[in-house]
Amino acid sequence: MSVTEAPPAPPSHPEEPKLRKPSTRKRLIPYWLLLPGILWLVVFFALPLVYQASTSVQTGSLEEGFEVTWHFQTYVDALRDYYPQFIRSLLYAGTATILCLLLGYPLAYLIAFKAGRWRNLVLVLVIAPFFTSFLIRTLAWKTILADGGAVVDVLNTLHVLDVTSWLGWTESNRVLATPMAVVCGLTYNFLPFMILPLYTSLERIDGRLHEAAGDLYATPATTFRKVTFPLSMPGVVAGTLLTFIPASGDYVNAELLGSTDTKMVGSVIQSQFLRVLDYPTAAALSFILMAVVLLMVTFYIRRSGTEDLV
Amino acid sequence: MPALRWIRRNLVVIAGLLTLAYMILPNIVVMVFSFNKPNGRFNYSWQRFSLDAWKDPCGVADLCGSLSLSLQIAFWATLGATALGTMVAFALVRYRFRARGAISSLIFLPMAMPEVVMAASLLTLFLNMGAQLGFWTVLIAHIMFCLSFVVTAVKARVMSMDPRLEEAARDLYAGPVQTFVRVTLPIAAPGIAAGALLAFALSFDDFIITNFNAGSSVTFPMFVWGSAQRGTPVQINVIGTAMFIIAVLMVLVGQLIANRRKSNARS
Repeated sequence: MSVTEAPPAPPSHPEEPKLRKPSTRKRLIPYWLLLPGILWLVVFFALPLVYQASTSVQTGSLEEGFEVTWHFQTYVDALRDYYPQFIRSLLYAGTATILCLLLGYPLAYLIAFKAGRWRNLVLVLVIAPFFTSFLIRTLAWKTILADGGAVVDVLNTLHVLDVTSWLGWTESNRVLATPMAVVCGLTYNFLPFMILPLYTSLERIDGRLHEAAGDLYATPATTFRKVTFPLSMPGVVAGTLLTFIPASGDYVNAELLGSTDTKMVGSVIQSQFLRVLDYPTAAALSFILMAVVLLMVTFYIRRSGTEDLV
Repeated sequence: MPALRWIRRNLVVIAGLLTLAYMILPNIVVMVFSFNKPNGRFNYSWQRFSLDAWKDPCGVADLCGSLSLSLQIAFWATLGATALGTMVAFALVRYRFRARGAISSLIFLPMAMPEVVMAASLLTLFLNMGAQLGFWTVLIAHIMFCLSFVVTAVKARVMSMDPRLEEAARDLYAGPVQTFVRVTLPIAAPGIAAGALLAFALSFDDFIITNFNAGSSVTFPMFVWGSAQRGTPVQINVIGTAMFIIAVLMVLVGQLIANRRKSNARS
């Protein structure tokens, strides 16, 4: 994108000869700063969404070309054909988000309050795994959860797999290619996105508040429930969003660790777009996913009362 | 039972360390399996120790080509996103202007959207424009999704800056350019560096958006993805391990420099 295009209409009248006056020039500064970045986002983020909206109401085929026919039936058909994948995506992403919160909170708490001089080391250990490509790490889960591997053996000996198979999370003696493997991969991949915001909001809490709670005879559990956790809410909200949103659209974990029975909606969008080349259906699916996620996020932010987050 | 009491008292620490183990376990597996000599096309089960892959990391067709493509894209994407993002962050923090709210939402939205939606919509744009998919479309896409993260990182730093430092510089007759180069930029630098590092990591590691918009170009994550179907060479583990070690070393060196600076400042 070229930077030479006209800036958005400045607050004063641009045709006035006063343009050279420092005050007007100064008032234009923010617009010049914003111009390239915002233009980039408008052209390559907002405009594509418009194109996609128009694609979703087209009919036709790749050979004969597509045409806008306002064929909203595509949305109905897409939902009818792929609602299992939709529900599965939301279910897996939701479960992974809850697991991330349960697993991530103690670690964030540990870094913020207990690590002392080890704090930086633990932080590095949280971030460093990131630098090995996440696909390589996800493939490593294939080794960890392999049939007859150590993890499966232990779970088998403890009869955990009997329970999870009964619940439909695993298949007898297998973890790989089951919902449990997919959720495990999702939880793993998005944990840092939960831990970092949690840590930031926990770190901001004034330690004297804990002392005060203790002075007022609160047990550690009460202190946590009444002081620490409520104060960490911005981190909880940010973390759950940063986990849930990407997880709901992810298809890498479902494809690498799951089976055809664990396909998520991202897989469907990908194969419709890149293999089947049914662009209208793919665009409609992608739009439904976006709408569902945005609605849930808006509702969630309203409910949790941290609108200043955005 | 004293043991039980000890566990109860240190429950948070134990749970936290278990999570940490869960996070690092795959990295250890990747490292260990970089010394494996697999039997067949897939490197998923341990056979026997071998240094072959470490001796010849580029011994697999297309692997190092994809790696170099990913590094090039990540470099330019980082440069582009950091430049554009820093400018936007300064504008948002330092100036009051119309449409500020709308612009903030526009910055926030790419982070609040499943990647596959952005990937698919960008592809419809490129298809409609008849653009040739490849290096340039991937670069455009990466700058787009890294931008918001850079803005967020730089904004956090600029917001916590004391404006009085710049006033002081002006009072001491520093011109606007001098103030910016000598005062503003050095203070904002950690935020800009954090944003740049984040952009690099995000761009280098991105699969979903790249997969949609790369055409026949193959980046490193795409190579790994393909290998999950065709056969995973041990060299992938070698590169994964090397990336991990380089990252840890970089952080340690950064820490060392920061510590030295701190002790210099004190003395």
